[in-house]
Amino acid sequence: MDLSFTPEEEAFRAEVKNYLAANLPERLSHKVRQGLRLTKADMEEWHAILHSNGWLASHWPREHGGPGWSAVQKFIFENECALAYAPRIVPFGVNMLGPVLIKYGNDAQKQHWLPRILSGSDWWCQGYSEPGAGSDLAAVATSAVRATDAAGEHYIVNGQKIWITYAHFATMIFCLVRTDKSAKKQQGISFLMIDMNTQGVEVRPIRTLDGEHEINEVFFTDVRVPVENLVGEENQGWTCAKYLLTYERTNIAGVGLSVAAMERLRHVAESQYKRGRPLTEDPAFAARLARVEIDLENMKTTNLRVLAAVAGGGVPGAESSMLKIRGTEIRQEIYSLIRRAMGPYAQPFIAGALEEGYSEPSIGPDDAMSASPAYFNNRKLSIYGGSNEIQKNIISKMILGL
Amino acid sequence: MNFEHTEERRMLADTLDRFIGDRGIEARNAVAHTSAGFSPELWRGFAELGAVGALFNEDDGGLGGGGFDIAVVFEALGRGLVVEPFLGNLMVGRGLSAAGQERHKTVLQTIVEGSAIVALAHEEPASRYELAAVTTKAERAQGRWTLNGAKAVVRHAEASSALLVSVRTHGNDRDTHGITLFLIDADSPGVSMRGYNTIDGGRAAEITLLDVTVDDAAIVGEVGQGHSLLQTSCAAGLLALCAEALGIMDAMKSATLDYLRARRQFNVPIGSFQALQHRMATLLLEIEQARSSVINAAAAFDTATERARDKVLSAAKFSIGRIGTLVTEECIQMHGGIGMTWELALGHYAKRLIMIDHQLGDEDHHLEQYIAAR
Repeated sequence: MDLSFTPEEEAFRAEVKNYLAANLPERLSHKVRQGLRLTKADMEEWHAILHSNGWLASHWPREHGGPGWSAVQKFIFENECALAYAPRIVPFGVNMLGPVLIKYGNDAQKQHWLPRILSGSDWWCQGYSEPGAGSDLAAVATSAVRATDAAGEHYIVNGQKIWITYAHFATMIFCLVRTDKSAKKQQGISFLMIDMNTQGVEVRPIRTLDGEHEINEVFFTDVRVPVENLVGEENQGWTCAKYLLTYERTNIAGVGLSVAAMERLRHVAESQYKRGRPLTEDPAFAARLARVEIDLENMKTTNLRVLAAVAGGGVPGAESSMLKIRGTEIRQEIYSLIRRAMGPYAQPFIAGALEEGYSEPSIGPDDAMSASPAYFNNRKLSIYGGSNEIQKNIISKMILGL
Repeated sequence: MNFEHTEERRMLADTLDRFIGDRGIEARNAVAHTSAGFSPELWRGFAELGAVGALFNEDDGGLGGGGFDIAVVFEALGRGLVVEPFLGNLMVGRGLSAAGQERHKTVLQTIVEGSAIVALAHEEPASRYELAAVTTKAERAQGRWTLNGAKAVVRHAEASSALLVSVRTHGNDRDTHGITLFLIDADSPGVSMRGYNTIDGGRAAEITLLDVTVDDAAIVGEVGQGHSLLQTSCAAGLLALCAEALGIMDAMKSATLDYLRARRQFNVPIGSFQALQHRMATLLLEIEQARSSVINAAAAFDTATERARDKVLSAAKFSIGRIGTLVTEECIQMHGGIGMTWELALGHYAKRLIMIDHQLGDEDHHLEQYIAAR
């Protein structure tokens, strides 16, 4: 039993740390640390910086422009990025579609789309869920019917996708569509890439309870999609979908994000006072703080154990469900405590206070303006990426064999 | 033993439910998230129905004033997610009533009628739920008092015509003795406000008092004896918030139950899954526990000694805080993505429920108060 990283891994960590210190703009890390909202330009800026160093697509093999990292290196990289308060890489092109194209795409698709993902020429979004297909993802009903006319072979797509993060920025969307209505659920689904600028694609914003606009509905009305945009075989899209989900759940424990959030919580607890003493010395609050800290320490090791069990840089299977459940619960608890720590100052809400250019002083403590919005917004963590209930189903079936 | 409300109170609840009715979350948010933060028209309507009067004794021109009257009204306000400024009138009015001074009778009457809106300006930027932590100062010279200090997160302060301000007239910053209450005009020279919306809808303000001068007539109760009046005001406030939270939890439970019945996945209603059934069953029993805590609090409000009353109120506020968080998080989770949306009423109820934990002391604070009262 040895919990330490190898000297090579430690050297890699140092390299990442130094790189971030030199290349992560303070303007961006400040926003992330304070829970302020990132603009489209902010996200593109960070994407371009990492790309220029060849560190953007950590899951891709070298031949396609990835850095060729091991699973441990990826973990170290993601961890250090979180600790430095780097923006998260917008994952839909880089971490989701990229691996699918590399595994299931044809040569023409790889040559065309992969460089564009790296360069940021396309902004991708993910069209999976539908109003009737949430946890029951295989119930997707958006239809794609194959047809031929003078302009060539294409699909006609009709239907609706929901909870699409950044669809309002996106130029492309990858979708699960139903190409065979007579087949059983998982069969009959295809994986299709659709240009958002095609006639018949409509984006409608969804405002979340904290007032933010990140997610959208996307409607398709007789949208014409060239057959070249089919990834993998027709009616075999579920294979792509499942493969993509394993990537979606990589690093789903978000240990680095939790450690960074924990640091913020600690700072808040040290600077907020009750009866003349910091909250870190308040028995009730200190107990809450200690509980989540212990959970997080345990989670760090659980995460490394799962990582170590994955040979040769693959992706974990059902174990990632454990990481998803506990990891998101821990992060939610940390944000809950940041809110609690604010006392009466959890109440004020100024819509513009989290946006770039807001210059009025905060109401209450410095961190107060984002505390409650972040608490409510992070309720999504246990819902998205396969709800925690679905993860428990996976554990019951795949690990427990029930 | 009888756990039924009186007929009058049942009628009051029905009347309020009908009045609030199905105005819909959009109409509510259309006033709650504006720079007004509430609807003066709706407030007048409530006052005409006697919903404000019900919070006060007949001696003060009210129509009830018992613990269960307060509970019945605020439970209905919670069910309807009402943002109108009931709490300020309740707390200030009960404080003035307890002081029992002739010179404040006229103001008290307008508070009870609902023709005036008033606010308790007590908490301070660093007081964090501690009732005696008052650092706003008053000094007396040539028969006049000069007030200086800051008050934090005062709900509906901008709409208020008068403020009941807690001030330290002697003693140290956290002494219970030496606090004096002053009733001042909100537009007195030297009073400034930075107003803002709160995340659950409605308005609040940071108040700065800079050389605000008043005479002895502004004093409520006796000089230096304000702590006990604050306890009386806050006791009413705590009971009200607990009852409001209960109304909110009932509404959230019912919405979630409807959703479990209607939402289908895997070709069945999601309510047919045992995993969700058990969680819903837990919510039901926890909400019933919360209901009992409110009943305990309302009963103690009328009859118990001050000390016993405050202990029961802390028990209730603790229960509400703990169960409120559970109900919030479980109801959103069982709704899934739709529970995260602004469009659905549920999220707005959730925000109010969580913010109740940040008013007049949170779960941890009241657990500590409860232990201290043993």
